[in-house]
Amino acid sequence: MSERPAVLGAEAVTLAYGHTAVVHDVSLSIGEGGIGLIGESGSGKTTLARALLGLLRPRSGTITYGSRDLTSLDRKERARFRSDVQPVFQDGSEALDPRMTVEASIGEALTTHHRMTKADRRAKVAELLTDVGLDPALTARKPHQMSGGQRQRVAIARALAVEPRLLVLDEPTSALDVTVQARILDLLERLAAEHGLGYLLITHNLGVVDRLCRTSHVLFAGRVVESGPTTDLLTRPAHPYTLALRDAVPRLGGEPPRPAGRTEATPAESGCPFRLRCPFAVDVCGKEAPQIRDVQGRMVACHRAEDVLAEGEVPHAPRK
Amino acid sequence: MIRIRNLAVRIGDRVIASVPELDVAAGECVAIVGESGSGKTTTLLATLGLVEGAAVSGEVRVGDVDVLTAAPADLLRIRGSRAALVMQSPQAALNPTMRLGTLMRRALARHGVKGGEARRRAEEAVAAVLLDPLILRRYPHQVSGGQAQRFAIALALALGAEVILADEPTSALDVTVQAEVVAVLRRLRDERGLAVLFVSHDLALVSTIADRVVVMKEGAVVESGHADAVFSRPSDAYTRELIAAVPRLPGHAGERQGEEET
Amino acid sequence: MTISGPAGAPTLQPQLRRTALRGLAGMDRLATVGAVLLAVIVLAALLAPLIAPYPDDGGSATHPLEALLPPSGAHWFGTDQVGRDVLSRVLYGARTSLLIAVAVLVIAGVVGVVLGVVAGYAGGWVRDVIMRVTDVFLAFPALLLSLALAVVLQPSVTTVIVAISVTWWPWYARLTASVAASVSTRGFVDSARCLGVPAPVIVFRHVLPNSLTPVLVQLSLDGGGVILTAAALSYLGLGAHEPTSEWGLMVQQGQSLFTTDWWVVTCPGVAILITAFAFNVLGEGLRARLAR
Repeated sequence: MSERPAVLGAEAVTLAYGHTAVVHDVSLSIGEGGIGLIGESGSGKTTLARALLGLLRPRSGTITYGSRDLTSLDRKERARFRSDVQPVFQDGSEALDPRMTVEASIGEALTTHHRMTKADRRAKVAELLTDVGLDPALTARKPHQMSGGQRQRVAIARALAVEPRLLVLDEPTSALDVTVQARILDLLERLAAEHGLGYLLITHNLGVVDRLCRTSHVLFAGRVVESGPTTDLLTRPAHPYTLALRDAVPRLGGEPPRPAGRTEATPAESGCPFRLRCPFAVDVCGKEAPQIRDVQGRMVACHRAEDVLAEGEVPHAPRK
Repeated sequence: MIRIRNLAVRIGDRVIASVPELDVAAGECVAIVGESGSGKTTTLLATLGLVEGAAVSGEVRVGDVDVLTAAPADLLRIRGSRAALVMQSPQAALNPTMRLGTLMRRALARHGVKGGEARRRAEEAVAAVLLDPLILRRYPHQVSGGQAQRFAIALALALGAEVILADEPTSALDVTVQAEVVAVLRRLRDERGLAVLFVSHDLALVSTIADRVVVMKEGAVVESGHADAVFSRPSDAYTRELIAAVPRLPGHAGERQGEEET
Repeated sequence: MTISGPAGAPTLQPQLRRTALRGLAGMDRLATVGAVLLAVIVLAALLAPLIAPYPDDGGSATHPLEALLPPSGAHWFGTDQVGRDVLSRVLYGARTSLLIAVAVLVIAGVVGVVLGVVAGYAGGWVRDVIMRVTDVFLAFPALLLSLALAVVLQPSVTTVIVAISVTWWPWYARLTASVAASVSTRGFVDSARCLGVPAPVIVFRHVLPNSLTPVLVQLSLDGGGVILTAAALSYLGLGAHEPTSEWGLMVQQGQSLFTTDWWVVTCPGVAILITAFAFNVLGEGLRARLAR
């Protein structure tokens, strides 16, 4: 496992649909273990995921795979990339062809890069299903004949079929019931450990990243506004947006979640993009866009990071 | 405001939802918690007489109207004004060719409210859900999911709703937007005495708004009671499982036990 | 838990349910009528040589002495100007009309769907090129273009098939392209791309099967249109010609006799009407069913 440095990375990537840039100058890397990417819908997180999966070309900057630029891979390297990096999307019913049985869906993944006899294929499908905690008897089912949790497990089995090194998980549990969410997260955690997988977990739910990711990046309006150890981000957020996200998470028996204030405000065009929603905003925020800087062990783009830190700090709860 | 006794919804021989007793008083929020297929949404729809393709028995009252025996005209009156249904994706329910203001004006006109009074009511309702009045000039596709959700609540308010039935109103929204919608519902309950029946699979979310909780599983009620009691001393194994599934956050504001929020 | 309502408690839902069921069944019944009618017509066409009372009359036989006999026990639909049995000719005509309909739908359907699905998946300049070509074809009124083609080519059944196919495929291309474009944005297509499945395989394994439903509905709706257009071309003398039995041709030949010998024109006319109706009803039924 030591020969696994950062496998997939973004370097100063800007992404755009047509003339509208939705991700600006983002850099991150995924190697071993989990990396969190947190943001609301419209923050550009899914667009970034598509670029990392090679489904969208950056307008500027590069997506790197190993030490190579993704766009300059030759045929063989590309095939390698296609089996090394696999996505798990939000909704298993979207990620699986509605007309295909479980066996056909997983089988397609198995036979795309390798030839296989029918018997081998069947055995491997059963093995993968068992691995994700499903009854191998489900092979003949179609997506609509299964529950949301089962579909998501099949989608995970399909991704694992090509023995990837990295998973890009785009809101893998947000379409599911809470109890099912917990089970899918358990599964992902276990599989990542067993197979030595690295993964990028994209979500708007901080509770989810806290469990699975040691390091996280917070994305607002297509820019990374804070990144650092996940526990630090949650216990001592340095960016007001991270603070707002954290305080919006409902807590069992806790205080009602605090509204983050004017979520409908569009990102500001000048100065700090978050300032229209920001309770900490002062004059300088309208004049100068904050540069990302190191503040107490994490990178943050906020003029008032020190004040936010003082406000948002809470005693570190003991982790189980 | 809502009174349910011995409600049973059946398809053939199968009981898909059975609720022996459920009351929601004015100024109170009751939540039905359960996973998909637990019968929670069916119960909510039965409250408005909206269950189709199934046999419904028992007693369901909204205000003084018995929903199961009411004439269609009475039912329409309830659905139109007294009780408002807030769904997961409100945008789909809004006519895309009309500005939100026009939508609201038409709805009010159907209930005989016109002119200055209609404008006053519309603005007041929009303010009550913490929206900018300018939103009335927008079209449905120009507003966010959270805004549409709050507009749907405002529409109900303008029509004089006393009961809000919310079916997973925030599960399609970001946590930050969810917090706003829940804050609006809490405010309406506290300040206007609205009765809220809230259906969700998210126990943590429910714990921040519900006064009382009904936990459903596979069509049956497995536990019910005051929210504090259910969350701190769950008596049913399934409730405990639901509670265990809630992600724990370190350093959350709510973690500061016994400490006052300032 | 078993809880029963108060005895005799009236319920609202069963009523709703009954009305809903009736609406549903009504729709499906109409579609079934279409399917059955079509099945009967196809069967009649296939078995024409066996069931036609005077099989030779489907072709060039003439019986001058029996010309223009009104419907009777011997000739249920009467006879035409040269004494041929109209029923036999209507039965043989079904073969020609259905052959044209099926051939056109297959040719135009296959060409349109393949081009459409490629355009929809590829997007970009590929889509632009394909869509501009279809626009050019769509710019001509269909009947006019068929007419022009039929004039240039020799009048025959093949000409009718070619002429109609040429004007109909762009509709299917356009419809398929728009459906395929939206199917292509779905997760399972992205997922296949991430597996490295080659693009042609993605198009034909994932995009095509998931884009087909609306096209199939459209095809079944269009069956009637093809038969009407084919009849129109033959009627104008640009399609089938004597002695082939073809409904449009029969109507054209019989029209001058309408006031005196109505059956010569009416029987093939009604056959056209019923067949077009059957296709339409079946298509509508399919559409309603798939829309749910």
